[in-house]
Amino acid sequence: MSALIETKDLKKYFKVPNGFLHAVDGVNIAIDEGKTLGVVGESGCGKSTLGRAVLRLHEPTSGEIYYKGENIMGYDKARMRALRREMQIIFQDPYSSINPRMSVQEIIAEPIIINHMFKTRSEVFDRVAELMDTVGLAERLSGAYPHELDGGRRQRIGVARALSLNPKFVVCDEPVSALDVSIQAQILNLLMDLQDELGLTYMFITHDLSVVKHISTEIAVMYLGMCIERAPSKELFKNPLHPYTKALLSAIPIPNVELRHKKPEVIKGEVTSPINPKPGCRFAPRCPYASDACTAQTPEFKEISPGHFCACTRVQ
Amino acid sequence: MSERLLDIRDLEVIYKTDLETVHAVNGVNLHLEKGKTLGLVGETGAGKTTTALSILCLLPERTARVKGEIFFEGKDLLKMKEYELRDIRGEKISMIFQDPMTSLNPIMTVGSQIGEALALHNEQNRTKEQIEKRVEEVLEMVGIPASRKKDYPHQFSGGMKQRVVIAIALACEPDLLIADEPTTALDVTIQAQVLAMMNELRERLQTSLIMITHDLGIVAQTCDDVAVMYAGEIIECGSAYEVFTGEKHHPYTEGLFGSIPNLEVDSARLSPIEGLMPDPTNLPEGCKFSPRCPKCMDICRSVSPSEYVEGGHRISCHLFNKEEAK
Repeated sequence: MSALIETKDLKKYFKVPNGFLHAVDGVNIAIDEGKTLGVVGESGCGKSTLGRAVLRLHEPTSGEIYYKGENIMGYDKARMRALRREMQIIFQDPYSSINPRMSVQEIIAEPIIINHMFKTRSEVFDRVAELMDTVGLAERLSGAYPHELDGGRRQRIGVARALSLNPKFVVCDEPVSALDVSIQAQILNLLMDLQDELGLTYMFITHDLSVVKHISTEIAVMYLGMCIERAPSKELFKNPLHPYTKALLSAIPIPNVELRHKKPEVIKGEVTSPINPKPGCRFAPRCPYASDACTAQTPEFKEISPGHFCACTRVQ
Repeated sequence: MSERLLDIRDLEVIYKTDLETVHAVNGVNLHLEKGKTLGLVGETGAGKTTTALSILCLLPERTARVKGEIFFEGKDLLKMKEYELRDIRGEKISMIFQDPMTSLNPIMTVGSQIGEALALHNEQNRTKEQIEKRVEEVLEMVGIPASRKKDYPHQFSGGMKQRVVIAIALACEPDLLIADEPTTALDVTIQAQVLAMMNELRERLQTSLIMITHDLGIVAQTCDDVAVMYAGEIIECGSAYEVFTGEKHHPYTEGLFGSIPNLEVDSARLSPIEGLMPDPTNLPEGCKFSPRCPKCMDICRSVSPSEYVEGGHRISCHLFNKEEAK
C-alpha cells in the first residue's frame, strides 16, 4: 500500500538573532489513506510546525513532501492552492481561529466561495446546511456569531470549515486541548465518525497521550524537532523503547486509585534550547541512561521490529 | 474523628450585575481535616474557583453576594474584618493560581516576591538578612538554585515559574494551601515533577491541601477525599476510594469517567455526556443535571435531590433515594 502523504528528511529552521531554531529537523513520516498518525510531544518540540510544514503553510527549509506519490515541494502557488482543497487543517484554539465578525454560515461558506465550488448562492448555502448537520450544529445557529457559542460548538465550526471542500487529508492541530473533558469526548467521537464516513486521513497533533492512543493507528513521538520513536499505536503503549517515550507514558496521571502508590519515573530537567542544538541525541541531557556514545553522534532512526522505529543508541 | 481545619456550610455565591444574576455556587457543604488533601473536580464553570476564592474572601465586593459560613480553625472567615483577613491570607491560608505566567509580577525579582510575603507576615521578627536567608531556603526547597533569586520571572520557564509561585505560597508555612489547577498550564513531564514535589512538601510540612482540577488522574494520584462539582453544587463526595471504586455513583461522575480515553482498555468510542453545562443565569429546576442525565426520572425535573449517605460517601441523586420518593 502506498502512503497518501509522506515526508522525507523534512526540515524547518527559523532564523533567530543568535542562530537557527531547529523546529523540525529531519522528520520522516508516512500516512496511509484512511489512517491516523498521532504526533505527540511536549510544547516546543515542533509538532505544530511539522503539521504546518506538511501543508506548506510554513515553507520547509529542505526535504521532500510526497502527496499521492508526487513531490509537492516544486509546486507553484496556483497549483498549491488547488491542492489545498484536498489538504485542510483544524486549529488548536477555537477562540482565535475563527473570525469574530463573521456569522457561522459565512465562516463555513468562505472556502466554498473562494474555490468556486458552486455557481449559485442557494447551492452554497445548501452545502453549508449539510455541513452543519454533519458536524452536529443546529440549523438555528447559522446566523449566530462566534462569541455567542461555547468552545465545543466553535470547534465544530472549525471542523465544518475544514471539511467544506471535501478534503482527503486533514491536519488536526490539538483540536481538543482547549475543551473540557466531556466536550472533548464529543469532538473526538465526531472526528472518528467522520473518518469512517468520508474516508479521511488524519495527522493528529496533541500533547495528550491518552487522546492519541484512542484515535491513532500509528504514533510518532517528537522531541526537540526530531521524531524519536514511531510505532503502531498498540505496540508503542505495550512496548515503548525510547527512554523519553517511557518517561512520557509514566508521567500521565491514571484515574485509578489502586495505582496511586506506584511512583512515576520522573525525568529531571527541562527541554533544552532548540537554537543551534549540539550534535548527538537531543534527549541526552535529561536521559537517565545517557553515555558518551549518546553525545558523540546523533542516533540513527532505524527499524527495530517491523513497523517500530526508534532513535536511541541503547536500543539495537 | 480528627480535627476539622476547614468547614464550609451552605455556601452560596451570586454574581449580580445590572443585566443578569449568575448563580455560581449554590449551597456547598465541604470540610477538610488537618493534614488531608481534598480534590475539587468539575468542568469549566462548575464553581470550583469561586468556591476557592470565597474561602479567602477574594471575590469582587461589588458584584459577588456571599451567603453561608466558612469556619477556619473554628472562626467564620466571612464575618471577619479586612485587617483580620490580612493576617490569615498568605500566612495561614495561601493559594497557588492556575497560570504561573500571569500570577507573578514581571518587574520584581523572584527573590523579592518571596521576601515580600515573608516581610508582611513577619511574626518571628526576622531581620532583613534572616529574610534573605529564608528566601534562599525556600527556593532550594522547591528545587531552584538559590543563586537565581535575583532573576526576573521572564528568565524562568513555565515549570520553574510554577515552582516560584509554590515557593511564595509555602514561604510562611501555611496550614492550608489552595491549589487552583496548579499544573494545567504545564507539560506532562513537568507536571509530574511539580506534583511529586508538592506531595513531598505537603507530607514534610503537614500542610492541608485543596486541589482544584479537572483531571481525574491527578485526583486519583494525590487526593484523600474527592468532591465533584456541577453547576455550583457538590453532587458527589467521599474518600478517593469510595468515589473511584464504589459501586454507586452520580450519573455525572459516571459520565466524567466515560469521557476520559482509558489507557488500559481498548474501546472504539468514548461515551461522553450529551449536551452542555446549564447556563448559570438560568439554572434548570430540580436536579441541575437532569437535562443531560441519561437516567433522568420525572421527579428529577421538579424536586432537588437530597443527599444519599453511605458512610462518608454522599451522592445527591434521586436514583438512590427511592424509599424517600415513594
